[in-house]
Amino acid sequence: MMVQKKHTGFFVLLCLLLVGVVFINISLGSVDIPLQEIFNSIIGTSSKSSWHYIITNYRLPKAITAIIAGGGLAISGLLMQTLFRNPLAGPFVLGISSGASLGVAILILGAGVISGIISTFLLSPWSLVMASALGSFLVLLAVLGVTLKVKDTMAILIIGLMFGSLTGALVAVLSYFSDAEQLQQFVFWSLGSLGNLTWQGVAIISLCFFIGILLSIYSAKSLNALLLGENYAKSMGLKIKKNMLVIIVATSILAGGITAFVGPIAFVGLAVPHLTRQFIKTSNHFVLIPAVAISGAILMLVCDTIAQLPGTVYTLPINAITSLIGAPVVIWLLVRKRKLIF
Amino acid sequence: MVIGSQKKTYFLMAPLSKHTVIKCQDLAIGYKSKKKASIIANAIHFSITQGTLVALVGSNGIGKSTLLKTLTAMLPTLSGSLQIDAKEITDYSALALSNKLSVVLTEAPASKNLTVQELVSLGRQPHTNWMGSLTQKDKNCIQQALEDTDLASLKNKNCFELSDGQLQRVYIARALAQDTPLIILDEPTTHLDLYHRASIVKLLKKLTLEKNKTILFSTHEIDLAIQISDKMLVMTPNNIAFESPCNLISQGAFDDLFPNEIVVFDKKTGRFSIT
Repeated sequence: MMVQKKHTGFFVLLCLLLVGVVFINISLGSVDIPLQEIFNSIIGTSSKSSWHYIITNYRLPKAITAIIAGGGLAISGLLMQTLFRNPLAGPFVLGISSGASLGVAILILGAGVISGIISTFLLSPWSLVMASALGSFLVLLAVLGVTLKVKDTMAILIIGLMFGSLTGALVAVLSYFSDAEQLQQFVFWSLGSLGNLTWQGVAIISLCFFIGILLSIYSAKSLNALLLGENYAKSMGLKIKKNMLVIIVATSILAGGITAFVGPIAFVGLAVPHLTRQFIKTSNHFVLIPAVAISGAILMLVCDTIAQLPGTVYTLPINAITSLIGAPVVIWLLVRKRKLIF
Repeated sequence: MVIGSQKKTYFLMAPLSKHTVIKCQDLAIGYKSKKKASIIANAIHFSITQGTLVALVGSNGIGKSTLLKTLTAMLPTLSGSLQIDAKEITDYSALALSNKLSVVLTEAPASKNLTVQELVSLGRQPHTNWMGSLTQKDKNCIQQALEDTDLASLKNKNCFELSDGQLQRVYIARALAQDTPLIILDEPTTHLDLYHRASIVKLLKKLTLEKNKTILFSTHEIDLAIQISDKMLVMTPNNIAFESPCNLISQGAFDDLFPNEIVVFDKKTGRFSIT
């Protein structure tokens, strides 16, 4: 299966849309900045320093974070859906986001036990990513382990939900024993936000994104084979265990790394792959991975623009907006097609 | 019965050089868990030569699927020897084995959103690079597989739009595109009506004759299998017989296939009838 020429038009359209949405996202916010000034700020010739500061230190990193978070979560959703042969799979549904939460909770809340210099080292952005990715990796491995025993797609979802509750319970126990300051820190993290990242954070999250996307593209051929099911894939010479591991690592780096910085974000991973499949008629992952990534970025930018409530000083939690848009999309797809296919 | 005349034409058309594709010696099959191995059947002996159509029959639960899974390396052998192309199956890497044998399974593919062409193209995976890009040879192979299975006109349809009979042909086309000397099919005629059952087995027969493929398929259509296959593997609780259908009938191998009180085998017509 090759990247066919017929998809070129679709990709051009997607990219144009992405560029358009990026500019809308950057130009709208609580402070009204003229479009001309935004261009000037980006090239570095802005006349007003406060506008320049807002653009380069707040809106631009936020837009990049939105692109990476949307694209990365959407890809991890696509990988999950193919790996678990389940159209309802996604980082949130399968408890991967909860796993990331558990990792972060252990790090932030557990840091109280080890005081002083070690705890400040523990709370660096890198350790946040590691803990979050490790948490999601372990939950994903556990879900997959059970999946190999129980060959029922319905059971996989239930198991994912159970793991979600389990990690949720562990987080609750941890927060019961931790002091107010750490608890507050964790609660703020778990609300989710795209705007809290420094340029250093953006660099780390971008690195996660690129490693994740490289591993996904490397796995695209085996993902295509997995569309036929494990046994067929094996009969076509696929080293199934190795390839599944690569896919799981890619998902944990994407979902875990992104969740570490922006908090658990719902529905993007689940809804975007289905939305993309409505417009692009192929199951080839070499086409789907970039298409899903760009669509996810567009959707996240749109959600973030809405969350900013342009013209006001209020900002809504990003998680609420993605759910408000994502949940109706999934319901609409189910009602229209009567079933989700992937 | 047409067995006699069909056999004769077959032997006239058969190529002279024939080598053994599958060889089982004292093979035991079953499931192995950590604590114990539960043997489903043992002392299995047979060898299949190239270009033969072999039907595997037996009542439910006798171990047909277990045997096919063992032959396709989805289950390990418990004891004895199983050779594919004169080499032990355990000595093959997954990729090397995928160049020798392709499968058609009873399980439906996980995704039905694939088009016919995409699904058949996946059969080329063992031969393509890491991107799975198709060379001209791959494309020719896919086109040929589509034509051999009469699917050329349906190639842009999605799999969920197809009937069961058409889907079965798509799976066979995928196995053909994989371009292996041996194809193993698990109950390819289930859920099909008489016409489509017959058209599937005729297609398999055609592939053995024209493409010199070796095909092993399990089926419950014993009368169809008797009429069309070159050899049959008959699994009964006591033994596994491997012979041409004519010999099996005269040996009375079908008499033990099922408990006798409800259905009996009629040697004259080659069919089972209800008592």
